[in-house]
Amino acid sequence: MSASDNKHNREDYLRMYRQMVRIRTFEDNANQLYLSAKMPGLTHMYSGEEAVAVGICEALTDSDRITSTHRGHGHCVAKGADFQAMFCELLGKEEGYCRGKGGSMHIADQSHGNLGANAIVGGSMGIATGSALRAKLQKSDDVTVCFFGDGATAQGLLYEVMNMAALWNLPVIYACENNGYSEYTATAEIAAGSITDRARAFGIEAFEVDGQDVLAVNELTRELTGRCRRGEGPFFIELQTYRYHGHHVGDINREYYRPKAEEKDWKESRDPIEKFTQWLTGEGIASTDELEAMKAEISDDAASAVDYALKAKYPETHEVDMHVFAD
Amino acid sequence: MSAEKSPELRELSYAEAIREAMDIALGSDPRVILMGEDIGVYGGAFQVTGDLVHKYGTDRVMDTPISELGGAGVAVGAALTGLRPIFEFQFSDFAALAMEQIVNQAAKVRFMLGGAVSVPLVMRFPAGSGTGAAAQHSQSIEAWLGHVPGLKVVQPSTPEDAKGMLLAALDDPDPVMIFEHKILYKMKGHVPEGRYTTPIGKAAVRREGKDVSIVATSLMVHKALSAADQLASEGIDCDVIDLRTVRPMDRETVLASVRKTGRLICVYEGVKTLGVGAEVSAMVAESDAFDFLDAPIVRLGGSESPIPYNPELEKAVVPQVPDILEAARNIAKGQI
Ligand SMILES: Cc1ncc(C[n+]2csc(CCOP(=O)(O)OP(=O)(O)O)c2C)c(N)n1
Ligand SMILES: [Mg+2]
Repeated sequence: MSASDNKHNREDYLRMYRQMVRIRTFEDNANQLYLSAKMPGLTHMYSGEEAVAVGICEALTDSDRITSTHRGHGHCVAKGADFQAMFCELLGKEEGYCRGKGGSMHIADQSHGNLGANAIVGGSMGIATGSALRAKLQKSDDVTVCFFGDGATAQGLLYEVMNMAALWNLPVIYACENNGYSEYTATAEIAAGSITDRARAFGIEAFEVDGQDVLAVNELTRELTGRCRRGEGPFFIELQTYRYHGHHVGDINREYYRPKAEEKDWKESRDPIEKFTQWLTGEGIASTDELEAMKAEISDDAASAVDYALKAKYPETHEVDMHVFAD
Repeated sequence: MSAEKSPELRELSYAEAIREAMDIALGSDPRVILMGEDIGVYGGAFQVTGDLVHKYGTDRVMDTPISELGGAGVAVGAALTGLRPIFEFQFSDFAALAMEQIVNQAAKVRFMLGGAVSVPLVMRFPAGSGTGAAAQHSQSIEAWLGHVPGLKVVQPSTPEDAKGMLLAALDDPDPVMIFEHKILYKMKGHVPEGRYTTPIGKAAVRREGKDVSIVATSLMVHKALSAADQLASEGIDCDVIDLRTVRPMDRETVLASVRKTGRLICVYEGVKTLGVGAEVSAMVAESDAFDFLDAPIVRLGGSESPIPYNPELEKAVVPQVPDILEAARNIAKGQI
């Protein structure tokens, strides 16, 4: 890890740490809610990939937009969402971000520029690119980041929109979270050649970065958002990362497609939170005690948000007729 | 050519019945291949393919990348030139990504080329709501494809038909789209051994009655049957027809039932407006069976909204047993 002006950026670093821990904590709770059958549907844990969402979103402002994926809780937290409204959504409650209509796979937070998770793999690539077109035409200096997985690179839509983004110099960053798997299949079996070279074929500058290193991700994103704002976009980043859980919460016995030793190695030697903890303490930016206290506080926050959400009200059934069109 | 029912009444789940059909097809016809996302070692999103990859290898049971449009296109091309692909979508909703290849290519190429070619393609679509998977994983889109001349569209509701209709689809020289309700996958029922086919285009009368005809599709057949049981105890005797094929629709079976009962309820999970029930109703209204109607036709279909995540809201947008009961009581009121 590298960074300059450590002391000056103390607040930024601690916020990054806090956001990563908030994601991990959110997911631990969501996992429990799902396993205890309190949550319907399908859910996909972001644990292990925290440095990607946080490194990127900490380089963005509230007017910058993101589009997210089926594995979207991490992006949502990182972009500034509130635990309470998130847990309410997961439990299908009226106070959820989508009034209980979207759930885990459609979680969104317009107030912080999160245009929404998407249950169609690659489904938001057009939306992100359209958002960037809007920014350009309206001379707004915001940037849109499009998150998607390695598996989503198999969707043709990506190549249509990258072509347009490159032709029109749009302020969009395509952020490919390569966690090594597309469901139960290793990336090498679904992606031919190099992912970044595909972007380069359109004349898009493409980067590969260690997605477990929050500082590296953040530094690169800061540079690219700056360049996007100056009209130099689009860009493509491939972030090497790893999901700790199964593809979805029900994917428990997974040795047949993903070796235990590999999981152990990523968790023990490349954990993004652990890596950052060591750096923060090593640089004297925070003490272990301070970081532990922060964790405990976040844990309490999450527990009370879950508690609140469990007791919160469900929407009335007549709400199914609302929001199909503008009223 | 329905097979003899074996005396011991062997039971399989709906998913197992489909797997058995694919196993028979792979084992007996070298042109048959399976294609889909994670249908290999994983066995498919709903474990329908199961362990077939171990038996037939990865050249016959092929994992595709997450490329619905490209995958469907490859399947169309392979079918056009001599293979018999069975293409699985993980969720029927993802057909939206492949519509071009299905609608503009698979469905039309025989016609456009004046009958010179054939696309013997089978596509399987896990469909329907009830799993809390929200708006992009829960739709019933059979009417979309049912609107396309050149496609055959079926919705088997029992394990026996799931197997028989898949084998019939493979025998068919044209593209057949099979919608499989996800909630049915675990349902068990009698499935004859060996090879047999269930005809495409033929409805099944699941229960005979004289008062009300209920024409239902897929999971709704089971809801209709349980409503019919309850209605029988109230003195309302229902004819329950499992439509089985949306296109081409079995006109004769439906009309005969309506001529007998004089009352019609259509129950289907897809959006009510412009849906399967609209076609059934119009078919009756345009025929001599219209003269036999003693009450207005009732359509019970999906509501005018996407499928919501919250489970109570989700139930509210598709027909449920109480809705069928109420509809039947209303149209039978004072007349039976
Ligand atoms: C168009 C489409 N096809 C298939 C699926 C089913 N599906 C959900 S997640 C997923 C794998 C996505 O892999 P990747 O893009 O690498 O994201 P990850 O889950 O690894 O974060 C698949 C195939 C879907 N949701 N949408
Ligand atoms: Mg992946």
